[in-house]
Amino acid sequence: MVLLEDFRAEREELRVFAEREIAPHAQRIDREERIPGEVIAALRAAGVFASGFPEACGGTAGADPVADAVRHGLLHEALGAASASVQGLVNVHHMGGSPIVRWGTREQKDRWLPHLTSGSMMAAIAITEPNVGSQAGAVEARAVRDGAGYVINGTKCWITCGQSADLFVLVTGSDAGPTAFILPRETAGLTIEPIRGLLGCRGYMLAKLHLDGCRLPAEQLLGQPGFGVSHVASAGLDAGRYNLAWGCVGLAQACLDASVDYARTRRQFNAPIADFQLVQRMITGMATDIHAARLMCWHAGVMRGRRDPAAVKEGAMAKYSASRMVKRVADDALQIHGANGCGPDYPLERHYRDARIMEIIEGTSQILEGVIARYVYQEAGQEAGQEAGR
Amino acid sequence: MADISAITIIGDFMARSFGRDAVPVDEDIFESGFTNSLFAMQLVDFVERRFGVQVDAEDLQIDNFRTVARVAALVERKAVRAA
Repeated sequence: MVLLEDFRAEREELRVFAEREIAPHAQRIDREERIPGEVIAALRAAGVFASGFPEACGGTAGADPVADAVRHGLLHEALGAASASVQGLVNVHHMGGSPIVRWGTREQKDRWLPHLTSGSMMAAIAITEPNVGSQAGAVEARAVRDGAGYVINGTKCWITCGQSADLFVLVTGSDAGPTAFILPRETAGLTIEPIRGLLGCRGYMLAKLHLDGCRLPAEQLLGQPGFGVSHVASAGLDAGRYNLAWGCVGLAQACLDASVDYARTRRQFNAPIADFQLVQRMITGMATDIHAARLMCWHAGVMRGRRDPAAVKEGAMAKYSASRMVKRVADDALQIHGANGCGPDYPLERHYRDARIMEIIEGTSQILEGVIARYVYQEAGQEAGQEAGR
Repeated sequence: MADISAITIIGDFMARSFGRDAVPVDEDIFESGFTNSLFAMQLVDFVERRFGVQVDAEDLQIDNFRTVARVAALVERKAVRAA
């Protein structure tokens, strides 16, 4: 059995790395709405972009898949504590790479994965559109067979790291149904339009992708036509939910740490506010909720490592729980900080805005409620499950 | 016809997943409306883990996953190729 306690030294190492290399830039990333090159270089030098990828293609995941999955989660926890935006960058890189690992041909793996694991190329995943969010199978971008390849037209929206990614795992519609492609940034006909002024996670470097007659050879097809969402994109989304759940734990821990520091030093009525029971109640709720979410993430990691068919459910539940948890925790943290938390001198207002994003991305809570309920019905083996599974 | 034990194992998995007592080996699970995108990947993960085979992109054909018998046949083909 792999326990979180077994990773104490690695967790500390990750925390120190993130505090030294990322946290000092977090406010600037939020203000300038971009992740500076020196942060990406530090991530690359530390081998962060290799995490979660198999050793065979330059990644770090090797002989002990359970430990690797937990270790990968702990990385996202550390990143989430330092900067939700940086956690997002590393997350979408893994989300873009995972479908290639899972469904790529030998040629596709050989061509792209060494670049992704070294960090010399950055990946992202392009599913969402102006008219299509949760219902991924209804994407309106269209791939039409043309000779030996495909011609693609459409618009993708809210693409995390769309401004900076070197390649996209792109989901389009086709005559056969949802279909996925590997879309290099330099593809003729692809125009990238930055989206700025977000509520939170402002360093996500979001973009709209305009696909105007993009021609892709058949070798860029990922998986088979018709399987673009159910199998290909789902490999990325599944990874994304797991990573983000851990990122939420990290962000919540940052809120708690800041609150404990503040409560110990802020004095009112001749005492540190940490002594007041109503503050203690909030601290207790935050710490307990974070602990519970972290254990759910750990369990999801164990299941992922074992490739258990229930791992998808566990990841969805971890993301659902952790994203709701971090919203509550950030809210209480802001309350403990009072007016100071709303101003620019403390990171709380950034944490609060970032936390609000978590329930929306990688499956809204409402979509996940449907997903998880279906699993519950499946496991219960009841008549209701037959209806819900349709 | 694929190996009878593979058929039994896959049939049991589908029956459990769909909340049914049994799934006939030739029942079209897409037509009967029991599947969804979540189950699709669950099935792949189950088959790979249980039978030690690797489902590749070239195997992503609806017909390979349409019935218990077809999934068992896919497993058998993959196992033979891997041997």
